[in-house]
Amino acid sequence: MLVPAFAIILLFQLVGEVISRALHLPLPGPVLGMVGMVVALSMIPKLGEIVTPVAQGLLRYLALMFVPVGVGIVSSLSTIEAHWLAISASLFLSTIAAIGLGALTFVWVARLTGGEADE
Amino acid sequence: MSEPIADAFQIWSYMSQQPLLWLCATLFAYWIGEILFVKAGRNPLVNAVLIAIVLLGVLLHITGTSYETYFDGAQFVHFMLGPVTVCLAIPLQANLLSIRKALIPIMAALVVGSVTSIVVALGVAKLLGADQVLLATIAPKSVTTPVAIGIAEGMGGDTALTAVLVIITGTIGAICVTPLLNLLRVKDWRARGFAVGVVSHGFGTARAFQVNDTAGVFASTGMGLNAVLTAFVAPLVLHLFF
Repeated sequence: MLVPAFAIILLFQLVGEVISRALHLPLPGPVLGMVGMVVALSMIPKLGEIVTPVAQGLLRYLALMFVPVGVGIVSSLSTIEAHWLAISASLFLSTIAAIGLGALTFVWVARLTGGEADE
Repeated sequence: MSEPIADAFQIWSYMSQQPLLWLCATLFAYWIGEILFVKAGRNPLVNAVLIAIVLLGVLLHITGTSYETYFDGAQFVHFMLGPVTVCLAIPLQANLLSIRKALIPIMAALVVGSVTSIVVALGVAKLLGADQVLLATIAPKSVTTPVAIGIAEGMGGDTALTAVLVIITGTIGAICVTPLLNLLRVKDWRARGFAVGVVSHGFGTARAFQVNDTAGVFASTGMGLNAVLTAFVAPLVLHLFF
């Protein structure tokens, strides 16, 4: 079922891409394709049977897909060198602060609204 | 008859210009990274992507290969970012109910996480002397690569550098999330996953799936929602700073 699954996944991306460009949306095609796929999966259960095995295989290698862009660091080394302190402090502090505050906010609001975790 | 060394050189100069070589190198570099990650007991500090990037960076440097030549081959892997984003719909749809049940905490954590990430990043960078172009480059760094590039472009940032900062942010988040949230005693997998997805996009999501499935699903939800929110918030915050 590799080819049908792939064809369907690419079709959703393609439709997302067309909508994004036609309506000048700030969201890129793949994200719209993802939204469309969520809707389609809820309406057509058969679709999940075809797509799921291939999707899970691809998702296992999600991190690999970032390597080519990441290697681009070799052509940005001079800018990074010139501003290394501003860049590293900014990225490090904002990431730590935002993950910490985001997670705490989730827990606090979940407690307030009575929607604690199931386990 | 040509010398064997001259032959080898000719083969190299041909292969190094072909997509096959660098596609192959990308897959092997990541494979090595994954082997080391597993050997290190799945320690988040031994990040497969980071290892692959360093290996390939060094290889390009030693062989004097340009990034453009490298990308000609690696683009086949890069292309898969689109389909794999669409595939995130599968875990998302499977957990639609638990996401719907946590809608209010999700929205609250989304706004706090997203705004904190942008404001702290721009505030610290400006204090340390970053100019407007650099701030526009940094602002969308918590968002998944294709969206971040679009946002940076719209604000006049350096898109190539944005892509790199996105990767670095993802790596920092993936490495720090477990010790950080243990320290803060956050035990709810939904909260842990969601926060790292909002701030560290696909990297955080990949890391969350390694630890716990619920965390992974909430991370991919956070990544998707923040892609939408940052597109609107980043230009507003940038205006506040200039």
